[in-house]
Amino acid sequence: MQEGLGAWQLVVSGDPGLYGIVGLSLAISLSAVALAALVGLPLGGLLALTRFPGRGAVIVLANALMGLPPVVVGLVVYLLLSRSGPLGSFGLLFTPTAMVIAQAILITPIIAALTRQTVEDLWLEYRDEMNAMGVSPLGRLATLLYDARVSLITTLLAGFGRAAAEVGAVMIVGGNIDGFTRTMTTAIALETSKGDLPLAMGLGFVLVSIVLAVNASAWGLRLFAQKRIG
Amino acid sequence: MRAPVSDLPLVFSKACVNLGATPLLRDIDLVIAPGAPSLVIGPNGAGKSTLLRLAMGLLAPTSGTVTWGGSRDPAPRRRAILFQRPVMLRRSAQGNVAYALLQAGCARADVVGRAHHLLERVGLAALAHRPARHLSGGEQQRLALARALARDPEILLLDEPTANLDPAATRAVEAIIGEAAASGIKILMTSHDLGQVRRLAGEVHFLVAGRLRESASAAAFFDHPQSPLAQAFLRGDIVAEA
Ligand SMILES: Nc1ncnc2c1ncn2[C@@H]1O[C@H](COP(=O)(O)OP(=O)(O)O)[C@@H](O)[C@H]1O
Ligand SMILES: [Mg+2]
Repeated sequence: MQEGLGAWQLVVSGDPGLYGIVGLSLAISLSAVALAALVGLPLGGLLALTRFPGRGAVIVLANALMGLPPVVVGLVVYLLLSRSGPLGSFGLLFTPTAMVIAQAILITPIIAALTRQTVEDLWLEYRDEMNAMGVSPLGRLATLLYDARVSLITTLLAGFGRAAAEVGAVMIVGGNIDGFTRTMTTAIALETSKGDLPLAMGLGFVLVSIVLAVNASAWGLRLFAQKRIG
Repeated sequence: MRAPVSDLPLVFSKACVNLGATPLLRDIDLVIAPGAPSLVIGPNGAGKSTLLRLAMGLLAPTSGTVTWGGSRDPAPRRRAILFQRPVMLRRSAQGNVAYALLQAGCARADVVGRAHHLLERVGLAALAHRPARHLSGGEQQRLALARALARDPEILLLDEPTANLDPAATRAVEAIIGEAAASGIKILMTSHDLGQVRRLAGEVHFLVAGRLRESASAAAFFDHPQSPLAQAFLRGDIVAEA
C-alpha cells in the first residue's frame, strides 16, 4: 500500500530520475523501430514480390525469428561488440547505441515477416490491375507499401511494443548503467531486487501505460483509416 | 527517337491457352481493327475472360501468337482493360484515377486537372474525394472505366462491365462505353446480356468451349446465325461443348 502511494507520487510529481529513465527507454526503442523499419519494410516487401530458390526457407526463418528470445539476441550482440569481438573496435558495448542495435535486431524479423504477409496479400489483390497498368517492379513495391500503410504502421507499433517491453537484450548489451543505459525494464528488474518497490512500481505503471497507449493508437488508426481510406 | 506506337490491329493467330492439360482457348484466329465495338459472347466458362486477358497481354499464349500493331511485345501501350471484378486501390476516387494517369506517363503537373476531367466524364466528379472502396458497385465500375480511359487507350477491353449492376447503373456504364466508342476508341467487350450486345455491337464473336464458332456483323449474327450452336444460344438454350 505504502509502496503504491510512493510509486504514484513519483509518477505524478514528474520525478526526474523516473522520467529520465522513461525518456531514454523511449528514445532507444523508437530508434530501434526506425532502424528495423528501414530494413524490415523493404525486405518484407521484396520477399513478397520476388521469387527465388530458397525463398520459402527465408520466410520460414523470418517467421521463426519473430519469437527470438531477447536474451539470445543480447548475447549475440554482446559477443559481436565485446572488446575481443569482430566489432569490438567501435567501443559500442554498454552504450545506448548497442541497445538500439540489439532491439533493432530483435524486431526486424517481426517487421519483415508481417510486412511480407501484408504486402503479399495486397499484391494478390492488386496484381492484375497493376500489370494492366504496366507498373514497374519498383513502382509495385512503393505502391504496395503505401497502400498497406495502415497495416504496416500497426506492425511498427507491435514492434515498438516488443522492443519497449523486453529486458534481456538491453540488460546484457547496455549493462544497466545508472543515468546512461538504464531503461524502464532493466530498472524495474534492478529496483525490485534491491527492494526499492516504489520506483519499480512507478516505472511499471508508466510502461504499461505506454503499451496501452500504443495499442489504443493502433486501434484508433484502424478506425480512422476505415473511414478515410476504405 | 521512338516510332509512334499503336496497339492496333490486335491479331490472334492460332492462339491457344492451356491450363495444365486443360485447353481454355483453342486455335483463336481473330483480327480486331479500328471500327465499331466488337462483342465476344458465349456461355459461362467459354473462355471470354481468358480471351481478354490474352488480348491485354496478361497471359501468354501456350502456342500461336498475339500481336499488337505488329509487335509481339506484351507491355501495355495504348490499351486498357476493365476486369470483370475491378479492384479499387485503397485511395480516393481521384487518387485511383491519378495513379492510372501517372502510370500512363501523364506529367505530374497535369494529373489533377486530367483526373478531374475523367471523373466528370464518368459522372463521379462530386465523389472525387470519397474512398474508392466505399463507392457503390455502379460507381466503382464507372471509376474503373475512368481509370482505364486514363491510359488514353486506342483499344479498351471490357469484361462484362455491367454484369452485377442494376438497370440504371447499366445504362450509365453503357452510355460511357458508347461515348468512348464514338470518340474513336476501339471496344472489345464480353457480355452475356444479348440486349446489350444488340445495343452496342458492331460485330459479334461467338465463343464456345474455347473455340470461336462464329464471327459476323451484329446484324448478320442476330438475323442469320449460321451454326446450330449460335441458333441455340440466341434461343436461350444451354450451349455446351460440341
Ligand atoms: N486460373 C484458373 N484456374 C483454373 N481454371 C481457370 C482459371 N482461369 C480460367 N479457368 C477456367 O477456364 C474456363 C474459361 O474461363 P473464363 O475465361 O473465365 O470463361 P468466361 O469468362 O467465358 O466465363 C473456365 O472453365 C474456368 O473455370
Ligand atoms: Mg468471364
